[in-house]
Amino acid sequence: ELREKLKAREVSAREAAEAYLARIAEVEPRVHAYIAVLEEEARRGAEEADARMARGEDAPLLGVPLAIKDLLCMRGVATTCGSRILENFRAPYDATAVARLREAGAVFLGKANMDEFAMGSSTERSAFGPTHNPWDLATIPGGSSGGSAAAVAAEECAGALGSDTGGSIRQPAALCNVVGLKPTYGRVSRYGLVAFASSLDQIGPMTKDVYDCALLMNVIGGHDPRDSTSADIPLPDFTGHLEGGVRGLRLGVPKEYFIEGMDPEAEGGVRGAIGKLAELGAEAEEVSLPHSEYALAAYYVLAPSEASSNLARYDGARYGLRARGRPSAAEGPLVTMYKGSREAGFGEEVKRRIMLGTYALSSGYYDAYYLKALKVRTLVLRDFQRAFERVDLIVTPTSPTPAFRLGERLEDPLSMYLSDIFTIPCNLAGIPGLSVPCGFTRAGLPTGLQLLGRPFDEETLLRAAYAYEGATGHSRRRPPL
Amino acid sequence: MRRGAMEYEAVIGLEVHAQLKTKSKVFCGCSTQFGAPPNTQVCPVCLGLPGVLPVLNRRAVEYTLRLALALGCEVAPFCRFARKNYFYPDLPKGYQISQYELPLAQGGSLEVVTDGARKRVSFHRIHMEEDAGKLIHGEHLDDPASSYVDLNRTGVPLLEIVTAPDLRSAAEASDFLQQLRTLLQYLDICDANMEEGSLRCDANVSIRPAGSRELGTKVEVKNMNSFRFVRRALDYEVERQRRVLEAGGTLVQETRLWDSDRGVTLPMRTKEYAHDYRYFPEPDLVPLVVDREWQERIRAELPELPLAKHDRFVSSYGLPDYDAGVLTASRALADYFEETVRLGPDRRRGAAPKAASNWVMGEVLRLLNERKLEPPECPVTPAHLAGMLKLVDEGVISGKIAKAVFEEMADSGQMPEEVVRAKGLTQVTDVAAIESAVERVLAENADQVAAYRAGKDKLFGFFMGQTMKVTGGKANPAAVQEILRKKLAG
Repeated sequence: ELREKLKAREVSAREAAEAYLARIAEVEPRVHAYIAVLEEEARRGAEEADARMARGEDAPLLGVPLAIKDLLCMRGVATTCGSRILENFRAPYDATAVARLREAGAVFLGKANMDEFAMGSSTERSAFGPTHNPWDLATIPGGSSGGSAAAVAAEECAGALGSDTGGSIRQPAALCNVVGLKPTYGRVSRYGLVAFASSLDQIGPMTKDVYDCALLMNVIGGHDPRDSTSADIPLPDFTGHLEGGVRGLRLGVPKEYFIEGMDPEAEGGVRGAIGKLAELGAEAEEVSLPHSEYALAAYYVLAPSEASSNLARYDGARYGLRARGRPSAAEGPLVTMYKGSREAGFGEEVKRRIMLGTYALSSGYYDAYYLKALKVRTLVLRDFQRAFERVDLIVTPTSPTPAFRLGERLEDPLSMYLSDIFTIPCNLAGIPGLSVPCGFTRAGLPTGLQLLGRPFDEETLLRAAYAYEGATGHSRRRPPL
Repeated sequence: MRRGAMEYEAVIGLEVHAQLKTKSKVFCGCSTQFGAPPNTQVCPVCLGLPGVLPVLNRRAVEYTLRLALALGCEVAPFCRFARKNYFYPDLPKGYQISQYELPLAQGGSLEVVTDGARKRVSFHRIHMEEDAGKLIHGEHLDDPASSYVDLNRTGVPLLEIVTAPDLRSAAEASDFLQQLRTLLQYLDICDANMEEGSLRCDANVSIRPAGSRELGTKVEVKNMNSFRFVRRALDYEVERQRRVLEAGGTLVQETRLWDSDRGVTLPMRTKEYAHDYRYFPEPDLVPLVVDREWQERIRAELPELPLAKHDRFVSSYGLPDYDAGVLTASRALADYFEETVRLGPDRRRGAAPKAASNWVMGEVLRLLNERKLEPPECPVTPAHLAGMLKLVDEGVISGKIAKAVFEEMADSGQMPEEVVRAKGLTQVTDVAAIESAVERVLAENADQVAAYRAGKDKLFGFFMGQTMKVTGGKANPAAVQEILRKKLAG
C-alpha cells in the first residue's frame, strides 16, 4: 500500500486507477470479484486525488484504489448487498467507514461481490453469480466477503473493505491468501453497514499485507457519534508499533480447536506457524476454551434472530424491489405486496435464516432459544477472558478446510455453516480476530492462521502477524491467473 | 350501575400515549414540528434506510424522567430498549424501538379530583418509544385506490403510560385523563392535545359483580380521540357489557373501535392475528443508565404540581375550590393570577385575591379565548390588572367602570391609570355631586317617584340606572344607593 502511495508520486493516481481497471478487465471474466465496477467513480476519484496532491495535500490513502464490499452504503451508486431485493437501491449517504476512506483520498474501483446480506461462507449465495477463487477458479473464495478477498488476491485493487459477522472477513482471507482483520466490536463504526446481525457485525480491512491492514484501520477506525455501539476510546496509530516483534509474547493454543477429522494440511499449516512464532521468540502453551463446541449453535440462533428483524424493512414499500405477488382475497393487497416482494427478492439462504430467526424469537420459544443462546454467548466470552489471563494471543486455524469446490456444499447448509466453526466464537465474544496467510496445501490452495486478541488489542494481533509475515513470505506469492 | 338483580362495577385501565415536545426526534436529529409537508422531516435514520443506526436523544429521557419523578415512580437505574416487530407501511424499519422487559419507570400514582372527591390512580409503568408515520388513504389525493405514507411522524418520541385498572367509571377515566393532561402541560413535556394527536388514549374495560375481587373479560377500546369521546365510548362499552351479561351471554376478549357517528363500539373488522411482536433487546442501543445525580437535578427543577398548587391557592389565598380549579388548570394562568395578586392591593387573604380570581376567571379568560392567546401573550398583563384592581379597591373607579377600563387596556395596552385619566373615568364620590344628580333624576321622574312611594319598590333599580346615566356611569354605586334611599324616603 505504501508502495502504491509512494509510486503515486512517480505514478499519478489516474495512472494507478487505470492500471487497476485494466487488470480488472483482464481477469474479471474469470474471477467475478465485483458486482459493479465503477469506472466513472474511479476516474473521478483519481482525478480529484491528483488535484489534491498537486495542491500539496497529503492524506493517508491519497490515490489508493480500493474495493468496497457491496454491503456498505456508498452515496450515489447501487448498494445491492448481493441481493435482488436491493438491486436498484442507491444510498443517499456514505457509510462512515466509506466517508473516512474518501476523506483520506481513497479511490473506489467498485463494489465487491458477496453472499446475499452477508449470509454465507462461499459467496455462492450472491444473486449476481459467484466469485471464483483466483488460486483455483473451480473453487470458492470463501464468504461472505469473497469478492473483496478475491479482488485483493487477484490484484484487482490495492486493498478492500469487508465485513465479518461469523468469520466473513477472516475465512475468505484465509482461502485467498490475503490478510483480513475483524476489529473488536465497537472499534469501527457500523453506520452505513447494512445490518445482518447487529451485535456481531464489524467492518474490517482485507489487504495484501499486514502494514496495509494497519493503515486502513487508522483511517476507518474510531468513535462515531452516529453509532451508539462504537466505543468512545482513543484510536491508536496501528502502523506505529508493527515492528515490535513477538519476543516474550504468550500464545494460547486452544485444544478444542484441533478437532478430529480436521483437514491435516490446514492443521499442519497452523502447527508450523506456531512453531515459527516460537522460533521468533513467542511462548506457546495449551489453553482451554471449553464452551467452543456450543458457539456455532448459539451463533445460528442469535444471528438469524437479529437478521429476521433487520431484514424486515425490505418489503417493497419504500425502495428496492416491489413485486406483484399472487393476489389473494384473504390477504389483501398490502400483504400480497410484502409476500411477493420478499419471495422474489430474497434468495434461499436468506429466507432460511429469516425463518429460523423468526422462530427463535417467537412467543413460547424465545426463552428456549434466543435467551439461552445469549447465555451461551456469555460463557464463550468468559472462556476467552480466562484464557487471556494467561496468554496474550490465541492462535488457531482460520478455516477447517482450504477452499472447496463451487457447488460442493450448496445442498447441505449445515456443512456450509461448519466453515465458520473457528471464526464464530470471536464474534460472539466481540474480541478482535485476524487471519494471515500461513502456507499452501499440496494442491496449491492457501491456508490461514487466525490470531485472536484481547478487546481493543488489535495492535498485538498486527504486531504478531507482521513478524510472522516477515519471516515467511506467503503473502508475496501470486495466484496463477 | 344499578338496575336488575346484579350490581356490576366497571373496571377500567388506560393506556395513554403522549408525544414529547422535544425539538428533535428520539433517535435522530429531524424536527418534530407538526404540520410540515409530507416526508420533508425525514432522514436516512428515521426512514429506516439500509445501514442506519439510532442514537438516543437525551432530552427525551429528561422529559420522561420529569414525569416519572412527578408521579413518584421507581426509576430504573438501568433500562433497555427493545424491538417490537411487525409489518405495516407506517413502520419503516418493520419494527418499533420501544421498551419491554426493563422500562424506564414503574409504579407511581396520580391523585385526581373526580366527582367532588380525591382518588389516587396507580400506574403500572412508563416507557419510551418512537412514533410511527401516518397513513393517508387516497380519496383526496392522486389515486383513490392507493394509500399514501407520510413518515414525518416516524421517530417522534412517545411515552407510553399504563395505568392500573383503578378507574371505576367513564367519568373518572375522563377526569383522570384531563388531569394527566394538565400535569403533562405543567411539566412542559407534552402539548397533550387529543385532537392533534399529541395525546392518545386506549382503554381496557371489564365489569364484575360489585364486591368481587376477580377481573372480568377485558375488552380493549380504541379510536377515542377527544375527552368527550373517551367518556361516551366508555359509558357505552360498560353498558354494553352489562347488557350482555344480564342477558346471560358471555363477553369476548376483543378489540373494539369507537364509532363516533353511530355512538357505539364495534369489533375491529380486520381479522385479528394474535400479534406476536417477538420482542428482543435492541442491539443498536446500549442500555440506558440513569444515575442518582441526574434524577436529583431533574427533581429539583420540577415545578409545583397542579393539585398541590390548587390546594395552596385554597389555603394561602382563601379561594374557593372552584376558583382554584379553574386557575390551576393551566400553569400559565395560575402564574398570571399569582403575579396579579403579588402586584395588587396588599391583602393576602380576603378581597384582593378573590377579586383577582374573579377577573382572571372572567374577563381575562374571555379575552384569551376570543383572541386565541396564551396568558403570557395577554395584552392585559398582571401589572395592568393589578393596577386596575388597586384603583377599584381605592374607590377611584367602580367595578362597572373597571370593565370599560379593561377593554381599553386590552385594545391599547395602556396602563389603567392612564386610561382612567385619559377618559375621565374617575369615580364620582363627591356627595354633593351625587346628591344633585339624584335630585335631578327624581325631579324629572315625578310620576315614578310617586309610584315608588306608593309601594312599587322595584322602581328603585330604575332610579339607580337613571342616576348612573346622568353621572356617565361614574358615580360610586354604594353612595348613590344611600343618597337615593334617603331622598326617596322623603
